[in-house]
Parts: sequence; structure tokens; C-alpha cells
Amino acid sequence: MTDVQTTLTEEPTLTGPAPQEAIHHRPTWADRTRSVLKHILLIVASLVMIYPLLWMLASSLRPTELIFRTPGLWVNDLYVQNYTEGWYALSYPFGQYIINSFIVVVGAIAGNLFACTLAAYAFARLKFRLRGLWFSIMLLTIMLPFHVVIVPQYIIFNQLGFVNTFVPLILPKFLATDAFFVFLMVQFIRGIPRELDEAARIDGCGHWKIFSRVMLPLMGPAIATTAIFTFIWTWSDFFSPLIYLTEPYAYTVPVALKSFLSATEGSNWGPMFAMSVVTLIPLFLVFLFGQRFLVRGIATTGGK
Amino acid sequence: MSAISELSTVHRVKAKTPEEKRLRAKEAARDNTAGYLFLLPWLIGLVLIVAGPLIASLYLSFTNYNLLQAPQWIGLENYARMLDDPRLLQSLKVTFIYVIVGVPLQLIVALAIAMLLNEGMKGLAFYRSVFYLPSMLGASVAIVLIWRQMFESDGLVNQVLRLFGIPATTSWIADPKYALWTIVLLHIWTFGSPMVIFLAGLRQIPGMYYEAASVDGASHWAQFRKITLPLLSPIIFFNLVLQIINAFQAFTQAFVISNGTGGPADSTLFYTLYLYERGFGQFQMGYAAAMAWLLVVIIAAFTAINFFFSKYWVFYGD
Repeated sequence: MTDVQTTLTEEPTLTGPAPQEAIHHRPTWADRTRSVLKHILLIVASLVMIYPLLWMLASSLRPTELIFRTPGLWVNDLYVQNYTEGWYALSYPFGQYIINSFIVVVGAIAGNLFACTLAAYAFARLKFRLRGLWFSIMLLTIMLPFHVVIVPQYIIFNQLGFVNTFVPLILPKFLATDAFFVFLMVQFIRGIPRELDEAARIDGCGHWKIFSRVMLPLMGPAIATTAIFTFIWTWSDFFSPLIYLTEPYAYTVPVALKSFLSATEGSNWGPMFAMSVVTLIPLFLVFLFGQRFLVRGIATTGGK
Repeated sequence: MSAISELSTVHRVKAKTPEEKRLRAKEAARDNTAGYLFLLPWLIGLVLIVAGPLIASLYLSFTNYNLLQAPQWIGLENYARMLDDPRLLQSLKVTFIYVIVGVPLQLIVALAIAMLLNEGMKGLAFYRSVFYLPSMLGASVAIVLIWRQMFESDGLVNQVLRLFGIPATTSWIADPKYALWTIVLLHIWTFGSPMVIFLAGLRQIPGMYYEAASVDGASHWAQFRKITLPLLSPIIFFNLVLQIINAFQAFTQAFVISNGTGGPADSTLFYTLYLYERGFGQFQMGYAAAMAWLLVVIIAAFTAINFFFSKYWVFYGD
């Protein structure tokens, strides 16, 4: 498996001419038809892929009784009542859940950036006893299903009185339990020329200085990738909040949406779609602006 | 990069005077301490958040434990009970269907679209974003909610079918025959992540291989079989291993589509859903722990099988 990753670390060029195009010949009729067919196929596929999202957006602006009769996207009058109604439909205004989610997301990002950069620097650059063993263990924990540790974790956090707080969701990130990002950063650091830290070392820098002054500034792309992935995964994370956050005041956005479904037995689609759209907006924006980091990060490590 | 690191080690070996040796030893000791200091948060996490709970859950799997009374040792009884638990067997069946059908189908779609996109066309960045976006949103409750609505009896899917003159009235999510397949479809819809990985891999294949092949008159299919597949096989393998591990742990989709029940008629009772119900619905922590360990064994077995068969089809070049 390591072979895959090493071949991929070489900065895959994702734009520019594709290999096959290297053959220079005049496009024939067959080529043109083929190209047109391909575009038609891709446009249809794009539409199918994106249609549910557009339709949800359109439906969030329609009265519920119209949603079940309108497969199209055209909205005659904007029915914004869905948004006001949905915002106040649960025991707390929806803003509360959004704030909760943001707290967890910011905490998780801070934790991952703090702990994963430190561990990655150690694995990638420092020679210490049993490094190989620890590294293999770290890789194994990426594959370990979360469910096998959740029961004892819950028991511990429950006994410490941390249920219905964000501690169980944030604290583990400060201890680098998202080993996937440690791995991503190790791969990235391995691509940074060693001469740079050797030079700093000759200048008399200690490891902390090399890490903070040389390595961290160079790790920008890996840090961005980690932050963006952490945002997306934490924002959507459902299983842990469902277990640890049982009181409505502590709900994060996914748990709140789910309780919307339970509370209305799926009858109040308009307001529910409105709130679904609200919860997807931050994800969409992060995707839009962070896409190149996502593509690069996912290509260097394989991603999820 | 590796050349540079090799050079610097050569440098080190050449250091021969006792003075330099002592310096090297001192540096090595300093590196060792620094290494463990940098690793400290991760090590604490490993012990407290991963390894400790891992051992604890193994212990709990041999007990009866409801969070209120102390765990009570019952030996292998939880595991024996699992064999006679029809819902557990049902959850295994559902999860296996999901993994064995959903993962390969998703990868095939991902590879097909990646190959289309790789032919160097206009609008590549646009198409890639459109296909990639769902995989970034797909795990969120909001998306599963929309999926739920789409496959209701008056949902989007039936409305579209009716436009084409098909009198569709089935509620796909309420019919045990179809409910699981709506979730498989949702899984396929999120093919963007493996697609991006495939795309990166395809870019690494030198164009001259294809040139040489087409000069020799090889068909597109032959080029795919003899060039693309072998050279891409490590990446296909990597995707396969990771996607299987992840698919076994799928939870949100089934939980939201069935409103937490795994219904209709347990047809979407994913393994993790049942584990959640036993552990956090009925507080049978011992049984839930035993289920979690069975999941570990299953995932490990699948991964091992994957690695075993990889030597017959994964090509690592030279």
C-alpha cells in the first residue's frame, strides 16, 4: 500500500493536456462525434448528480403541499416562511445548533492542527527508538472501526460528567486520534527537502525551532487540507454527537436536523428542507473555496 | 528527497574521530527525547482514547453491563447469543449486500468517469467539481433527508417517472424489497472521492504507452485491459481496501432513512445501526462491545483477503 502513496506524492498534475492528447493529428469526423457524445454524456451525468441538490433548494422555497407535486426547479413566488418556520420549529432557535456546531468544528480543527503537526514532524523527521513500530500502530488505528472504542469511551466520558458537553467531541482531536491527518502530514513533510532542516540545524536551531520556524511555514497546503477536511467531516459528523449530545441545548446541526424528522414524522418537508439548505451552505462554501486543497490532499493520501 | 537523505546518512557514517562519534551519540539521544516529546499528545491519545478503550471493550464483551450495575462476567455468552440472534444475522446480511454491491459499483462508476475526464477536455474543472461535490456532502443528515423524500411514494423519483408516463406509486423507502437499494444508490452517488484519486493516478500513466499501442493497432478496450488497468491497479486496490473498511461502518444513511429503526422489516438494519440500538438504545454494553469486536474481525478478514488476492491482480511495476 505504501507504494501507492509514494507514487502519488509526486504532485499529480490535475490540469493541462492529458497524455492521450499527445498524438497530434487532425480531428476526424469520428473524433468529433465522439467528443460531442462524450460531452452530452457528461452533461447528463452532471445534471443527474446535481439535480437533487438544486431541487432541494427549490423545494425549500415552496409550500410543503407543492413539493410533492413539482419535480421541476422553477419557483414562482419565494415562500420564505419555510425558513422562519424551520428556524423556530425545535425547542431552541436553529442558530443555537449552528453555534454549537461551529464550536465543535473550531475545536476539532485546532486540536487536529496542534496534535497532528507535532506527531507528523516526529514520524517524518526525527529518529527515535521504536519509530517503525509506532508508525505501524498509527497506520493500523486509521483502519480501526470507531465502534470498537466507543462503548468504553462513552462510559469514561459519562462518569466524568462530560455527556452533553463538547469535550468528548473535541478532546480526542488534541490527542491526534484522527490518525489519517497525521499520515497525510507525514506524506507531505517527506516531500520537503531535508536540506532545509539540515541547514537550520547547522545554524544551531533545536527541534522546536526547526519545527516552528522552518517546517510549519512550509506545511501550509497540508495544514489547509487538514483544516478543510476536518471542517467538512466534523460538521457532518452524526454518530458521536448522537451519542454524547442528548439534551436539545447541546445538539449540533446534524442531530437537530434528525430530531426535526422525528418530531414531525416527516410531514413538514418545507421547513425541514429550508434548514437542510442552511446546514449545507457552510459545507458548500468550504468546498468551493477549499476544493484545490481537497483534491491535492485526497490525491496524496488516498483520502476517504 | 530520498537521495538527499541518503547523502546525509553517508556523511554521518564517515564521521570517524572519537570527538565526532561522541557528538553523534549526543545528537542521537537528543533526537530520541525530542521524538518522544513531539509524539507525546499522540501517545497519550493512543493509550487513553484508543488502546485503553480497545482492551476495555474486549473485557466488556465477556460481561453483562448496563451502565448501572458493575459488569458481570459471563464468558463467551454474548458471542454465543449473537449466533442465535436473528436480527444480528439480518444486520450482517444487509451490511454485506451493501458492501459487496455498493463498493464495486461505486468504484466502477468512479473509474469510468475519471477515464472520460482524463481525455483532456474542455470544462474538466467544472465537471470534476460537480462530480466531487456530492461525496463531500453525502454523509450529512441533510442529504439523507433529501434522499428520503426523493424515494417516498410522491417523491421526486416517482414524479419524474410519471412525467415519462410510468404510473409509479411505490414508496421505495417503505418497501423492504427496495429500501436498501436506495441507500446503495446514495453510496454510488458519492463516487467523487475515488474518482479524484483515479484521476490523479491516470495522469501518471505516460502517454507514449497509448501511442505505441495505437500504432500497433490495439483497440481502446485492449489499451484499457493491457495498459490502464495494470498501471492503475495499485490505486484501485487502495481504493477498494479503504472503501470496504468505510462501508462496513456506514451508519447515518440507514439511521436517517429508517428514522432509527432499520426498517421496513429490518431491511436497512445496518450492522452499526443494530450495535447502536443494543448499546445506546437498550444499554446492553456487553453485547454491543461483542458486536464491535466481531466487526473488527470481519473488517480485518476482508482486508486480509484483499491483500491476499492482490498479488494476483495488483501490478507494482519495476
